[in-house]
Amino acid sequence: MTGVARNRVLDWIKTNLFSSPFNIVLTFLLLFVATKLLWNFLDWAVLRAVWGGDAETCRHGAGGACWAYVRDKARYVLFGHYPYEQQWRPQLFVAIFFLLSLLTQFKRFWSKYLTAAWVVLPLGAAGLMWGGFFGLTHVEMEEWGGLPLTLALAFLGISASYPIGIVLALARRSEMPVIRALSVIYIEVIRGVPLISMLFMAAVMFPLFLPEGITISKVVRAQVAIIMFASAYMAEVVRGGLQSLAKGQYEAADAIGLSYTKKMVFVVLPQALKAVIAPTVNTFIGLFKDTSLVFIISLSDLMFTTQASLQDADWLGFTVEGYIFAAFVYFVFCYFISFSSSRLEKELKV
Amino acid sequence: MQQELKKAAVAKGDVARQPNQLSDEIAVKISGLHKWFAGFHALQGISLSVRKGETVVVCGPSGSGKSTLIRCINRLEVHDKGRITVGGTLLSNDIRAIERVRADVGMVFQQFNLFPHLNVLSNLTLGPIWVKKTPRAKAEQTALANLKRVRIEEQAYKYPSQLSGGQQQRVAIARSLCMNPSLLLFDEPTSALDPEMIKEVLEVMTELSHEGITMIVVTHEMNFANMVADRVIFMDEGQIIEENTPEEFFANPQHERSKLFLSQIL
Ligand SMILES: Nc1ncnc2c1ncn2[C@@H]1O[C@H](COP(=O)(O)OP(=O)(O)O)[C@@H](O)[C@H]1O
Ligand SMILES: [Mg+2]
Repeated sequence: MTGVARNRVLDWIKTNLFSSPFNIVLTFLLLFVATKLLWNFLDWAVLRAVWGGDAETCRHGAGGACWAYVRDKARYVLFGHYPYEQQWRPQLFVAIFFLLSLLTQFKRFWSKYLTAAWVVLPLGAAGLMWGGFFGLTHVEMEEWGGLPLTLALAFLGISASYPIGIVLALARRSEMPVIRALSVIYIEVIRGVPLISMLFMAAVMFPLFLPEGITISKVVRAQVAIIMFASAYMAEVVRGGLQSLAKGQYEAADAIGLSYTKKMVFVVLPQALKAVIAPTVNTFIGLFKDTSLVFIISLSDLMFTTQASLQDADWLGFTVEGYIFAAFVYFVFCYFISFSSSRLEKELKV
Repeated sequence: MQQELKKAAVAKGDVARQPNQLSDEIAVKISGLHKWFAGFHALQGISLSVRKGETVVVCGPSGSGKSTLIRCINRLEVHDKGRITVGGTLLSNDIRAIERVRADVGMVFQQFNLFPHLNVLSNLTLGPIWVKKTPRAKAEQTALANLKRVRIEEQAYKYPSQLSGGQQQRVAIARSLCMNPSLLLFDEPTSALDPEMIKEVLEVMTELSHEGITMIVVTHEMNFANMVADRVIFMDEGQIIEENTPEEFFANPQHERSKLFLSQIL
């Protein structure tokens, strides 16, 4: 730190934290509380924690966190009831997502091939989890669970709701009153209904309307509900981008004779979508976390397996550790999405 | 040779304007045109014919309907009454016909309206490739030729934000030229420019006029009108008040409002 910078920091501290006797007292009080909280947490999570062994070791430990629980349950929480010795398949599934996201970080890898890889590889990995070929045992979808399910719900949710949201946003600004009205009704109705009730409808009500003999798996129904929900929010984000664009851009595109579709594809959307990268990613992160609600209709996503792991009679009473682990996994992914978006904004020089 | 002499003379401003060679073919025919904005009568019965090769300057006080008039010609505004025929096509709700007319009519805006996410070359090739279905290589060749025509071929790979206002406006003109238009519309092309950049844009426009491109120019540059226009049209309150050769219009305005306008602007 240079002398000037240090002075500025000191000035800031002086004017903001120690400007009056009341402020001084408040500053020290908050400092004290914060330190105390942090210390208590570290004491529990590190100093007095138990890192190995079984539930008994934890119960006779120093009263700190029981990370032995996480060690024992992590595989189940992450991969659910997928046959234990076959879990390299879901592991590969997760690794592929990780690898693709990593490559996508760098503009120099952007190409048709990467786009194709984003379609082919997840499908291939899902096929691998399904099995039934090359001597791989077939694993029923009901046994898939944990992280791959969460990732799949989020990935498909994002890749479907983004284009649908764009179409809805364009429809909402359409000059055709019927199309505009349909879009407005859809968006406002969906935004007025909580996701949980849509998931319940998908799980309980929807099958009642299906003709006899036809069943649609609950995962698919939940996925559709998530996509429908996220699309409405996506639409409003995109609409903001469309509105931020100067009228002159539309007129210049019209004036050279571009058709509506070409105007949108080549002139309007590239600018509008770029302008709303940050709120778009915000919606994606929201969607990622919202997938955790499917545990309510007993789909075994990460949240479901976390809760199920807490029911193990051998390991009763380690709720906090269980939820901290789940929170940590969600955080890693959401932070990764957020990090990627700020990289993307930099790459595109927003 | 004669062209060269004339250009030099016009640039120096010391020789009387020489009229363009005009054919008898009609580029634009407007009759009985009315336009309302939510009850406000912006155009009140405009009739106007522009011949092929002609340069028409439209002037008049702010709010008199000049922009609205030329924006009706490529249907950026939809007129409420009257007929507009552009290159033989009658403007109606037929979207195909509108797109055809727009592909054939270039427009240059006051605010340039270049596409900021595309570099100069892509700005120029977008229309030819996607509207006229020109092969990319051919479109780029034409684009570079037109950049040369407006004297900024060295900026082909820059982005609009990296150019000065005058350069951006010349790119916008080149973008219109790439569509090989039979009519160019200019809506106050120099009003957003610093004085030192106005000249470079007007020079390009002067050359285009002499090359025989049909142009309708809304501008307050009365010197340009005097030197380049074949006809000056004066508008006020949504009507054409006076229509004359520049010599007559500037030396001998017929109407009180024209006199007032000229006295204020010159
Ligand atoms: N989109 C619009 N909505 C409402 N009024 C408009 C619109 N465009 C233009 N007008 C009005 O029409 C009149 C003519 O405008 P315009 O053609 O832009 O004038 P000029 O270009 O001669 O300055 C002005 O009074 C203006 O306020
Ligand atoms: Mg105007």
